[in-house]
Amino acid sequence: MTRRGSGRLAAGLVSPTLVVLALVVAYPVISAVRLAFYRREDGIDPETGLIRAGERFVGLDNFAEMFGGDSTGRFLDALANTTTFTLAGVSLEVVLGVLMALVMHRAFRGRALVRASILVPWAVPTAIAGLLWRWVFQADGVANDLLPGPPVLWTTDGFQAWVAVVVADTWKTAPFIGLLVLAGLQVIPNEIHEAARLDGATGWRAFFSITLPLVKPTLLVAVLFRVLDTLRMFDLPYTLIGPGKEATDTVTVLAFEEAVTFGRFGPASAYAVTLFAYVAVVAFVFVRLLGADVLGSRR
Amino acid sequence: MGKHGLVVRISAAASALVLGVSGCGSESANPDSPSPPALAGVGPITLVTGKDFSGNLQHQLDEWNGQHPDQPVQLIELPENADAQRQQMVQNAQTRSDAYTVLNLDVVWTAEFAANQWVVQLPEAEFPLGSLVPATVDTARYFKRLYAVPMNSDGGLLYYRKDLLDAAGLTAPKTWSEMSADCAKVLPANPGVSCYAGQFEKYEGLTVNFAEAVHSAGGSVVGEDGKPTVNTEAARRGLSFLVDGVRTGEIPQKARTFKEEESRRAFQAGELLFQRQWPYQYAKAQATDGSSAVAGKFGVATLPGLSGPGVSSLGGHNLAVSAFAKNKRSGLELIKFLTGEQQQRANLEKTSQAPSWASLYDEPALVARFPYLTELKKSILGAKRRPAVVKYQEVSVAIQEAAYGAMSGTTGVDQALATLQGKLDALTR
Repeated sequence: MTRRGSGRLAAGLVSPTLVVLALVVAYPVISAVRLAFYRREDGIDPETGLIRAGERFVGLDNFAEMFGGDSTGRFLDALANTTTFTLAGVSLEVVLGVLMALVMHRAFRGRALVRASILVPWAVPTAIAGLLWRWVFQADGVANDLLPGPPVLWTTDGFQAWVAVVVADTWKTAPFIGLLVLAGLQVIPNEIHEAARLDGATGWRAFFSITLPLVKPTLLVAVLFRVLDTLRMFDLPYTLIGPGKEATDTVTVLAFEEAVTFGRFGPASAYAVTLFAYVAVVAFVFVRLLGADVLGSRR
Repeated sequence: MGKHGLVVRISAAASALVLGVSGCGSESANPDSPSPPALAGVGPITLVTGKDFSGNLQHQLDEWNGQHPDQPVQLIELPENADAQRQQMVQNAQTRSDAYTVLNLDVVWTAEFAANQWVVQLPEAEFPLGSLVPATVDTARYFKRLYAVPMNSDGGLLYYRKDLLDAAGLTAPKTWSEMSADCAKVLPANPGVSCYAGQFEKYEGLTVNFAEAVHSAGGSVVGEDGKPTVNTEAARRGLSFLVDGVRTGEIPQKARTFKEEESRRAFQAGELLFQRQWPYQYAKAQATDGSSAVAGKFGVATLPGLSGPGVSSLGGHNLAVSAFAKNKRSGLELIKFLTGEQQQRANLEKTSQAPSWASLYDEPALVARFPYLTELKKSILGAKRRPAVVKYQEVSVAIQEAAYGAMSGTTGVDQALATLQGKLDALTR
């Protein structure tokens, strides 16, 4: 077979995949972007009270409202929450996740049990985790019983609600980082550790000079996944704290409220598109600056 | 995974959007016709409702199915959460699906569903509207046209600790200041008991409680002419009742996390002297299986107000026929069946749900079984509806924002109401 012939064959073979991708990825994204420039008619016929049907093109109005209109305050709040959740949550998760991985990597009796139990939070659906933590954080819940001092109203609007979400998110997703880092640890040959020990490296030194650098590629990919995931956090603030709270609303919560509760798909799409752009920029910067090897091209 | 998930989410939203947009495209009935179009189609139908805790609804439908083998009805239960129910019904309408025939609508959804033509206008003459509680029938109308028929009603009641009031020689308070005075007398001897609570978490329940406070102070949220009226002295007094309650500690801080169930648990644990709650709590608080510490120790009364009895927010559900259903005639007949006196009585006896049929509230046998019926009738007869506006969801969220901010002390009462007035003006324009 000639080279051109095999090229055509290859194109033919991947075309079903391309069609599927176009249908489930390209079309919805383009459609959502288009919607961000439209708004539903909401005028009411004064005689019958019926809503006039249809939608109209509003240009950049939906975005203007976010960046300099009535919803600016809420949007900037949500953007700040989204960002701080990501920074605080992912930092905590990395530290705890690496610790978990080190524990799971050790050979000791009952290791299988520890591994399984560390992974349980990751297996719990996030919305359910949110409800469980709501139970923990309610006014007469476990959290207030364990903590000294007067009861904290965790689920009311304020910094404490933000803390509650970070705690629940860390509990839920540190195992994910632990799992990926564990996989990274397991491919480090034992000889390297033994050689380091022979050279006199112990404890911290061995961890920071040997283990961490070798596990870094895996860790970076895990962190990238978590950052992208946390930037679109929805379930925890929504189920644990409830929508409409200044301290915990994320951009996704606002988009959900606009689309599903108010039926205003234009502004909702504007939120979603903005978040999409934000996530894309963060991912790009992450890959460029930290050199996360997402596609495995450097192997 | 992160990126992919986002794309999937957007695609899900987008596909819903596309369907939604195509759903708004055409007009079904002629909107100008003064009389409703005739409803045709006889055959299998569905009844769509929130989770039926009573378990009696299926019995009622079995009875219908026995009588109408040619037009069987199938029960479709949606989640317990009202917002989730509404979302599914709205999505069904936006996709113009014929899967839903009869919709069990919360009273506050009528305007939205009618204005969007998701439900059809009903012929008034075919229903015994005169025998139903008038306030409930009002909630089923939109622009003077009937779009639904009341299935059950609901009104807020003041639950109070009869044992503690009796011990102090007091009776149920009629006004807020009497309630305060009662608390001042009773609470010092009963540590661990707080004065008053309702439902003050930031959700629909807060809208209910806010509307009650404003109405009970003689004000209104949206006036007869459809214009918002929250920047008024009466509304200020209403909101101040809630805000001052939190400030002075008469309303415990943790009540700001209460929905219905949290407040029920607090009352049943004996933590509250007075509580605003729906009738459903009566049977649960009266349970003698050890789940309630106040069984036999409480009573119910109408809500207190500023200078006399207060005004409840009207709850309850209405049955409507989906505009996209095939067998609308059968749906209409099912509504007649379920809202008829016989089924209303049977349902009250089995489930203790407040009926929409007025005369049932006065039958001695029923009153003997459900002692709160008398107070409930007073509550419902005097009840006012929450704003009947098309953009109800947005209005409700704006109200929650104002009330929650003021009760947590982050905004002043005057400022909260001025902001709310501005938002409501824009939403009802």
